[in-house]
Amino acid sequence: MDLLIEGLQEAISLLITFDPRVINIILTSLQVTGTALFFAALIGIPLGAFLGLSDFPGKSIIEAVLYTGMGFPPVAIGLLVFITFSSAGPFGFLNWLFTTRAMIIAQIIISFPLVAGFTMTAVNSVDSNLLLQLKALGATKRQVVLAILKESRLGVLVSVIAGFGAIISEVGAVMMVGGNIERSTRVLTTAIVLETRKGNFGLAISFGIILLTITFVVNFCMSILPGRGGRND
Amino acid sequence: MIKNNIVYMLNNISKIYEGRDVLSINQLSIQKGEIFCLVGPSGAGKSTLLRLLNFLEAPDQGEIKFLDQVYSQSKQPSLDIKRKVTTVFQRPALMTSSVVKNIAYPLKIRGEEVDYDQIDQLLIKLGLEDLKDQRADKLSGGEAQRVSLARALIFKPEVLLLDEPTSNLDPANIKIIEDIIIDYIKTNKTTIVMVTHNLFQAKRLADRVGLLHDGSFIEVKEKEGFFNNPEQELTKDYLAGRLIC
Ligand SMILES: Nc1ncnc2c1ncn2[C@@H]1O[C@H](COP(=O)(O)OP(=O)(O)O)[C@@H](O)[C@H]1O
Ligand SMILES: [Mg+2]
Repeated sequence: MDLLIEGLQEAISLLITFDPRVINIILTSLQVTGTALFFAALIGIPLGAFLGLSDFPGKSIIEAVLYTGMGFPPVAIGLLVFITFSSAGPFGFLNWLFTTRAMIIAQIIISFPLVAGFTMTAVNSVDSNLLLQLKALGATKRQVVLAILKESRLGVLVSVIAGFGAIISEVGAVMMVGGNIERSTRVLTTAIVLETRKGNFGLAISFGIILLTITFVVNFCMSILPGRGGRND
Repeated sequence: MIKNNIVYMLNNISKIYEGRDVLSINQLSIQKGEIFCLVGPSGAGKSTLLRLLNFLEAPDQGEIKFLDQVYSQSKQPSLDIKRKVTTVFQRPALMTSSVVKNIAYPLKIRGEEVDYDQIDQLLIKLGLEDLKDQRADKLSGGEAQRVSLARALIFKPEVLLLDEPTSNLDPANIKIIEDIIIDYIKTNKTTIVMVTHNLFQAKRLADRVGLLHDGSFIEVKEKEGFFNNPEQELTKDYLAGRLIC
């Protein structure tokens, strides 16, 4: 119990003094996860909308692949990215291994199926009469998709939050492909592992608090973004 | 009959769902500026016909001549042509935004400037002026259907298709909607095809009436003739309430 209290005290002092080690790690975490989430949304939202709105042979296979992706162990994705970007792998020449780029790639692969899957579900739940009505009003395919996404904005937001939650708190894959290098690829989760192992509980706890706070703040901001709008309220 | 007065001319149309012929129409013409009431038991193919007339689906066989151009399964009209037609469905499907935004939507997607004064006038006619900024998904059924109609009228379609627009509504709402339809067709050259189960409504509004049964037209006539001198046994049965499907 003392350990925890001491840790908390140290954590608070590290935070209020803006310790540069801490700041650097926070920024790296946000940069990696933010970039990954941007690309995951860029791929996942249109993919989810497309799958939710169209019908074609083989769609159920793609859906099954997507659902598998949603529950795929991040460590396995880390391994896959590691092999792909290792010197013997097909993208070894890029020298991205142990850089934030490899971490971003891994996080994109982890999060986009979540974004796509939840977006698909959200889009599917929009009244199918609205789809026909929009077409009857003269909307183009693109205008239909945009209007339906707007209708399901709450669900789309949930998809992005789910993607965010999965990667900000993920440790295995980023450890493997990033290498947890100080002032380079060290992020909050890998720092917690390292500092705990070294017995620096204060530092570890302060990273834990920051991680929790970031997750809370981001979730909170996203949940108030659309105001009271949305059909699910 | 002057050729230019024909908006639609359907020739040997058939529509097949899951191997079943749900629509087969030898010939049907819709004239400019008329209110054509489409009646028939449920499952007759009325909604399917409206989807074809709105080019939301293509026929499996046959041709639809629309504004002097011939369309078929292999040739669907361009976006500009499709945008001359719209449908108000039985159940209004509004977006979860304000009433005004819903009504402005067809103009926005056409890249047209939104004339908010015009929207206000339409809202007043439909008794919706107090609900202007209300969220459309919080409206009552009658209010929602009036918004749905306003959204269809705002861009002055050449053809307005109505699929049982008043069948879920109370008499007061039915009257508002019928009045605006009559008012609208007087000031614009809009052609209306209206599906209705209410024979009184057909008597009030129609120029011509067509009875659809099992995907085919049994009888198409001027209103007076349809109601007073039906020729076909099925029409007589339908008018007497003996035709169930
Ligand atoms: N998308 C569809 N897929 C399969 N069958 C359909 C579809 N739409 C309509 N049908 C069938 O076509 C027939 C005509 O339907 P519809 O046009 O809705 O009739 P109505 O509007 O006159 O009640 C019905 O038997 C209906 O079950
Ligand atoms: Mg119907």
